Amino acid sequence: MKAFFKNRIVRKLIAAAFWLLVWQAAAWAVGSDLLLPSPPATAKALIALCGTSGFWKSCALTLLRVFAGFLLGMLAGSLLGVLTAVSPFAGELLSPLRSIVKAAPVTSFIILVLLYLSSALTPMFIAFLIVMPLAWTNVAGGILSTDKQLLEMANVFGFTRLQKLKSVYAPSVLPHFISACTAGLGFAWKSGVTAEVIAHPAFGMGKSIYESKLYLETPELFAWTAAVIILSFALEKLVVLALGRAVKWN
Amino acid sequence: MELKAVSFSYGEEEVIKELSLDLSNGRRVCVMGGSGRGKTTLMRLMLGLIEPSSGKVLRRPDERPSVVFQEDRLLPWYSALRNVSEVHGPRSPASPAELLEAMELSDARDKLPKELSGGMQRRCAIARALCFGGDPLLLDEPFKGLDPDLRGRVAQAIIKYSRGASILLITHDEKEAELLGCGEIIRL
Repeated sequence: MKAFFKNRIVRKLIAAAFWLLVWQAAAWAVGSDLLLPSPPATAKALIALCGTSGFWKSCALTLLRVFAGFLLGMLAGSLLGVLTAVSPFAGELLSPLRSIVKAAPVTSFIILVLLYLSSALTPMFIAFLIVMPLAWTNVAGGILSTDKQLLEMANVFGFTRLQKLKSVYAPSVLPHFISACTAGLGFAWKSGVTAEVIAHPAFGMGKSIYESKLYLETPELFAWTAAVIILSFALEKLVVLALGRAVKWN
Repeated sequence: MELKAVSFSYGEEEVIKELSLDLSNGRRVCVMGGSGRGKTTLMRLMLGLIEPSSGKVLRRPDERPSVVFQEDRLLPWYSALRNVSEVHGPRSPASPAELLEAMELSDARDKLPKELSGGMQRRCAIARALCFGGDPLLLDEPFKGLDPDLRGRVAQAIIKYSRGASILLITHDEKEAELLGCGEIIRL
């Protein structure tokens, strides 16, 4: 029996079953799918949605917006991280920008960005804006925490700049970069879908969540939310799998 | 490389006082002393990583020392072979694989540093310093973690592959100075 519970997959399945039962019990207690749909009602709504072309189109467009915003945010954040790590002046100059972006409410940005960009582009820009400071902080932190003894060794043995970048800095920063990727993807989904709820693009999971709420279709609201979670989880696993191979030493 | 009346202080505390040392023409010098007597500071002075408070460190313009640091300082993401190969160049006395073989690490060449024992990591650091082919060869406690038999064989390999380079050995153990044939011992 002990060996049975030691299996990680078994433990995860038991945890999932436990929370499904809690959900089911709560739904029975409430007694209304309008207020709290049960797991079977949510599954039924999700299966019904899967049969519509609008569902797949919304999923694809949201995925595209979130992933594009995430990639651009990681790219810009990484470049800024390198710049501020190597230049203290640039760090001082740009750090207020990072602090503002990190502290300001995401809804303020969404409403502001809607004045300048289309409703289809706003979610992508918001995902970019949320991911960028995260990548910036992590990459700069990774560079600054590079082992000074290894850098000293590289200097003594006459490493070229490229060699130092490839053999010392890049492997040192990679774990920080991966950490930014995993956290950034979650934030990109949350912020991107929230932006879709407010911006109302022609197709999008956030827009569908809003419409489900508007028409009191609570099982559909839950089904859309489940679809967001599944897609977010799958994308995160893919990215971690791809990047994880690069840090086998750690 | 030559040190002329070099002194170095950390604030008020003078750790090296008017030390003169000649490491030219293949000389082998051993520096001994207890903990905190400035042995590693001396190494850093010789590498130009810190400047003396007074005196001079004279280097040839083309001088490039090879080093075994007190810590191994291996790149943790690279295999033993890759760590040695990173410094391979025209002045290397042998291929990285041959140097690892001389350090009895052929079977571990594809292992990451964390998969090696402390003694194996030390030998890998020695192989890297030899592969760089620099002169002088600065060794900060190179035999740390090696058993007595292995010390003799590693010392022979150091003598063979350093090809007449000057050697500075920093150690606590006078026997290690004998193994490397150091003709001069300086006590800090």
